[in-house]
Amino acid sequence: MPDNGSTQAKAATANGLAAAQETKRQRIRLLIRAAGMLPVLLLLCAGFHYLSDGRFFTGQNLGIVLQQAAVNTVLAAGMTFVILTGGIDLSVGSILAASAMAGLTMSKLPELGALWLPAAVLTGLGFGIVNGALIALLRLPPFIVTLGSLTAVRGLARLLGADTTVFNPSIPYAFIGNGSLTLVPGVASIPWLSVIALLVILVSWLVLRRTVLGVHIYAVGGNESAARLAGIKVWAVLIFVYGVSGLLAGLGGAMQAARLYAANGLQLGQSYELDAITAVILGGTSFVGGIGSIWGTLVGALIIAVLSNGLILTGVSDIWQYVIKGLVIIGAVALDRYRLQGSART
Amino acid sequence: MNDPILEMRGVSKSFFGIKALRAVDLTVHAGEIHALMGENGAGKSTLMKILSGAYRPDPGGEIRIEGKPVRIEGPLGGRAAGISIIYQELSLAPNLSVAENIYLGREISRSGLLARGTMREGVGPILERLGADFLPSTLVAHLSMGQRQLVEIARALHARSKILIMDEPTTALSAGESERLFALIRQLRAEGLAIIYISHRMDEVYALGDRVTVLRDGRLVGSLDKQDIRADAIVRMMVGRDVSSFYKKDHDPEAGKGHPVLSAIDVADGLRVRGCSLTVHAGEVVGLAGLIGAGRTELAHLIIGAAPRISGRLELEGQPIDIRTPGEALEAGIAYLTEDRKALGLFLDMSCLDNINLAVLGRDAKLGWFLDRDKARERADRAFAGLSIRAANVGVPAGGLSGGNQQKVLLSRLLAIAPKVLILDEPTRGVDVGAKSEIYSIIDNLAKAGTAILVISSDLPEIIGICDRVIVMRSGLVAGEVRRTETAPLTQEDIMALATGTEHLDA
Repeated sequence: MPDNGSTQAKAATANGLAAAQETKRQRIRLLIRAAGMLPVLLLLCAGFHYLSDGRFFTGQNLGIVLQQAAVNTVLAAGMTFVILTGGIDLSVGSILAASAMAGLTMSKLPELGALWLPAAVLTGLGFGIVNGALIALLRLPPFIVTLGSLTAVRGLARLLGADTTVFNPSIPYAFIGNGSLTLVPGVASIPWLSVIALLVILVSWLVLRRTVLGVHIYAVGGNESAARLAGIKVWAVLIFVYGVSGLLAGLGGAMQAARLYAANGLQLGQSYELDAITAVILGGTSFVGGIGSIWGTLVGALIIAVLSNGLILTGVSDIWQYVIKGLVIIGAVALDRYRLQGSART
Repeated sequence: MNDPILEMRGVSKSFFGIKALRAVDLTVHAGEIHALMGENGAGKSTLMKILSGAYRPDPGGEIRIEGKPVRIEGPLGGRAAGISIIYQELSLAPNLSVAENIYLGREISRSGLLARGTMREGVGPILERLGADFLPSTLVAHLSMGQRQLVEIARALHARSKILIMDEPTTALSAGESERLFALIRQLRAEGLAIIYISHRMDEVYALGDRVTVLRDGRLVGSLDKQDIRADAIVRMMVGRDVSSFYKKDHDPEAGKGHPVLSAIDVADGLRVRGCSLTVHAGEVVGLAGLIGAGRTELAHLIIGAAPRISGRLELEGQPIDIRTPGEALEAGIAYLTEDRKALGLFLDMSCLDNINLAVLGRDAKLGWFLDRDKARERADRAFAGLSIRAANVGVPAGGLSGGNQQKVLLSRLLAIAPKVLILDEPTRGVDVGAKSEIYSIIDNLAKAGTAILVISSDLPEIIGICDRVIVMRSGLVAGEVRRTETAPLTQEDIMALATGTEHLDA
């Protein structure tokens, strides 16, 4: 009898070991998948450092890159929520402009000037919820709804400033646009814009991976009919994600306004939606929804910023920057698909 | 007997060192319907994919067609060798016409322009031979599933295939359509085609098979000739052991009598359900039978609020209850297992853990919002152990599991809410024999614990095997009820008579 017991114990240990190994393998696979475009980003950084005779990895230049990536990172975070449900938000550039206009207009009011920041963010949230309501309650396709609001909200943005540029050189909280948070005095600091972007990424991660709502977002993107049958309030999830996208576009508008002390309803945020979508796609989020991570989006946004910065550093002409950026995006995603083919699930 | 049209000798296939097929021999003759059976993962689809050219077999084996050794390579290789496969999920383009689908990839063109007329004329005789009731110019989108299958068969005949492989062709067909398909298959046999018929359903294999070959774990277990085909023999070959009581029914049907849990009174949706009433008691397993299209799934959808109810009411434990969404049904303790687990049930990209916990995430959450990951993990582990779900771990995506394990994951999600009423829609569809018997014993145990269970199934032996009584639907109405008594067991004949509306003719 004891013999029998020890054999069983051994078998159990062997099983446990095999399971542990399998889990480990699984984890490594997940890690490779999660790392996604990170190697591409690092390669780009190293390449530009070499080509620009060592001007890329300097404290000052990295600060510039982070600052340039900030607004797009915030927009792309919101876009990640939307694309995870299988939708798209084309209106973020226009919402950003309208929110910046609303914020700047508010900042010039003598009594309420300090409230310009929440005003900008809430403007964005409002437009986002309208998008979400049209999509969730009237069951209109996201592409059409946000294509419409791309145009309509742009018009409203121009209307807000009577089609002029609104200036406010003494806008409150201007430090978030141009100041830096000092980490080690005199040695290292990080632009406030980047701090905000990082916080947005962290909160997004928390919502997507650690809350019930996050699982519901992935579920709606993975299989909307099944989500409905499983008792998930699909309409509420959809209004939430478009609301988040609008809110973050509003935040992006506030960041731009604080940085420029000005906003113009016609020019601000033009085609920002394309950079945001590009960052999400580069980050490996599936365009049909259900698969993806916010860290991928961060890497995607950084790739776009590094490309812009690096091409300027290496003195490539403005015209060729467009061509190279486009090709790198296609190439990077092609590489990603090729790499994932091996580990594709059955 | 004539010479074999297809001979496979010692055909093996391994993937990354795992043997999916081990030295399998298969001989098929012209004018024969050869049934191929085996649990999911037994190697049937691997074998098929080798014949179609999608997989290349390991070196060492041999495939002969009409006595000549052949190498089947590339997706068109099978067709070139005279083999056509009709997959479970049909591979037609719904936006094209019947003729265009039949000629797909081999279109006729004249000076670079598509010769639609010639193509339509070309498929006419074949459609006529198959007794098709649609035109070559009809759009496939307008055809029923049965008609689409005819188009697939026409495509195979048009390519002059000598061997036709059919993978569970009746899954999406109604009883009438299946009967017509069987007649057609027999006609093709008479015309000299060899047909390899893959199915999980014993009655079809009885009805059609001239010979049955059983695979298990990638090995050939054996073949039976027509006169030896018996359910117990086949099941024993498939699972490798005696299945003494395949259907498990230990619960006492009288236990919960007098305590109705769910009552639907005169519910209707104005379309497919025209006023149906039924009651399910605690600890009782009630079958809901009927032909495809009788309105069984639609009735279930009305009960759980997945479709709008235009009249009728519901009672739960004697109290009236208004259910408008599936979420409200779950909150009330009414769980529904969909018949289409891939489209309406599982989240294939999400982990088993998330799939299992989905319905109780909100209830378990900390501070109302944050996931309780320990509790979720524990629940998933318990489900894996309790329902013997076989997967590497609870973190793997549900899409990678076999049909039976997927079904158990979905069932675990419903059981997590500890339902008072469990509505199971085709609970063993696309599930292998081993998992089927496990699911039956889960149902039996739930009934013992007092759950009220309603089982919708088109598999009559299954309904008779596990249910205490059977409600039969016909054309959106409850046609009648069949009860098990001390002296008279449930019979397929009684149920079919109600389902088809011939019960009065018999009497």
